[in-house]
Amino acid sequence: MNNILVLPMILPVLVGVMLVFLRPYIRVQRVLSVLTMIASAAVAAYCLQHIHLNGIMRLDFGDWLPPHGILFVGDSFAMLLVLVACVVSSIILLYAFATTGIETEVMFFYPFFLFLVAGVNGSFLTGDLFNLFVCFEVMLLASYVLLTLGGRKTQLKEGITYVLINVLASWFFLLGIAYVYGVLGTLNMAHIAVRVAETGQGPLLTLIAIIFLIVFSLKAGLLLYFWLPGSYSAPPIAVAALFGALLTKVGIYALYRMFTLIFIHDPIIYKIIGVLAIVTMIAGCLGAIAYSDIRQIVSYNVIISVGFVLTGLAVATNTAFQGASYYLIHDMVSKALLFLLAGTVVYLTGRSKFNEISGLIRNYPLVGWLFFLTMLAVSGIPPFSGFIGKVYIGLGAIETGSYVLLAVSFLSGIGVLYSLLRIFLNSFWGETIISEDDQKPFQKKVGLPLVLLAILVVGLGIGAELLSPYIEDAANALTNPEQYIRAVMGDDLE
Amino acid sequence: MTKIVFFIILTFGVELFLSGHNNPGGGFIGGLVLSSAFVLLYLVYDIETVHRGTPFDFKRVAAFGVLLAVGTGMLSLLFGDSFLSQTTWLVDLPVFGETELGTMTIFEAGVALTVLGVVVTIILGISEDVE
Repeated sequence: MNNILVLPMILPVLVGVMLVFLRPYIRVQRVLSVLTMIASAAVAAYCLQHIHLNGIMRLDFGDWLPPHGILFVGDSFAMLLVLVACVVSSIILLYAFATTGIETEVMFFYPFFLFLVAGVNGSFLTGDLFNLFVCFEVMLLASYVLLTLGGRKTQLKEGITYVLINVLASWFFLLGIAYVYGVLGTLNMAHIAVRVAETGQGPLLTLIAIIFLIVFSLKAGLLLYFWLPGSYSAPPIAVAALFGALLTKVGIYALYRMFTLIFIHDPIIYKIIGVLAIVTMIAGCLGAIAYSDIRQIVSYNVIISVGFVLTGLAVATNTAFQGASYYLIHDMVSKALLFLLAGTVVYLTGRSKFNEISGLIRNYPLVGWLFFLTMLAVSGIPPFSGFIGKVYIGLGAIETGSYVLLAVSFLSGIGVLYSLLRIFLNSFWGETIISEDDQKPFQKKVGLPLVLLAILVVGLGIGAELLSPYIEDAANALTNPEQYIRAVMGDDLE
Repeated sequence: MTKIVFFIILTFGVELFLSGHNNPGGGFIGGLVLSSAFVLLYLVYDIETVHRGTPFDFKRVAAFGVLLAVGTGMLSLLFGDSFLSQTTWLVDLPVFGETELGTMTIFEAGVALTVLGVVVTIILGISEDVE
């Protein structure tokens, strides 16, 4: 019994609900919400160390033993993601304090922010397929609200697309769950894995696996990303950063969990994922280079990195999983920073096309250099955080001889670099367009979260060694699904 | 007439809610029936009249419900049990005789209030957007 495992999900829910009663007291809401996120991060860090020392943690709700009850399972892969999600969202909260208007904040902004994080953490931690669906819905419902809060026309327009796509995906998800329950008679993920191994993954089960692949691809933006650039560039900056940092990662996590634990017996799936990843990276690069709207470019960068992380799953070796874990962590931090910077540029200049802006670095040197640093990190240049993940995924691809994947994934790095370098050269270099008189002041409280994220980006790159024991745990848990199964089902496997 | 129907629905809602422990029913369905009673009131009278009779914010009712449900789950942490553990006691009550009292009922009450609050908020929200 590890009650602490439920805290990263239940703390945000509990505090979020309390904040509903504290509606007029915005300051109290701010303080409480950021404290909650920090507390959840601390819990996650503690759990991570606990897992490192004692193995995978499990919590049966109401003491109903698996496979009968619902449970949370914390392995290093999930817990690392929970930790980073909590840290990143507390920093995004700081940015939200400085930039969200009071009229939005009073419309339950912070409760829904917390519910979204709760849904994300719950999705990472749950060990039950239906519970995963529920946590997805918690996260999505909160994201619907945050996306449309403010009610600008673009928000509502993109909101409709986003809601429709996700309702459809959720329906498919439910369909897949019904099929799994009909075929295997269980929804506990470890138990499903056992039964799939027993019965053999025949055509029927592979078909079900492909339904899940479609569902999670929609959520993660793997190939089926058409909804993503629009809905990630419509909401307020802080919300867009939260979406860019967290939402697609949940889909990616679900893909990893599904295809490292349950449907692992048919190699065709990995081939499909590999092809999807390649197409996603190429299309993402085309999108990132085609548009001149900064927020669109940044959104397409999310898509490229989705493709990149999933090359790790397509390769499916221990080294590649290590790389994917590193890269997921890096991606959460650096995408949050990239979205915040892009939003800040748009806010400061009032324009969104990079060729209409120039010479920003003279007016706002901090923003300029942070953007430069982020650009290097995102394209995987050492010593920043993206490098080590890329190396490991590349090594994994070489081990299995997947040279096409290797080539495309590394070329996509050049696409990323080019798309951001264009923004940097056009918008930050050159003659300034803003005279000193009508320069908007750059507040310290807006700068602080940016700097904090930048410190993380540098720290993750230089301090990768510190993380490596936990990353190895995560990769081992992904490579040896028996660990997960044994932690849930006990030693006597039926 | 409405008032009579209103109380019949309310009673039925409570009955469904209480029977939910071992029979079909429970917090969710009970809450839905309860909220249908309120929706009936809103349909028959106008919103202002009903608000005068029920002076509470249904968004807060929903939040209170969630708090109650999650709260009972968290309470088990204080007793060193797993999250969401429930207990029951057999108590001799003067009128009802030997009765089973469970923390499950508090959890279910939370669910019922959440459903009630959310459904009424949604119905009111739909009716509001004419402005």
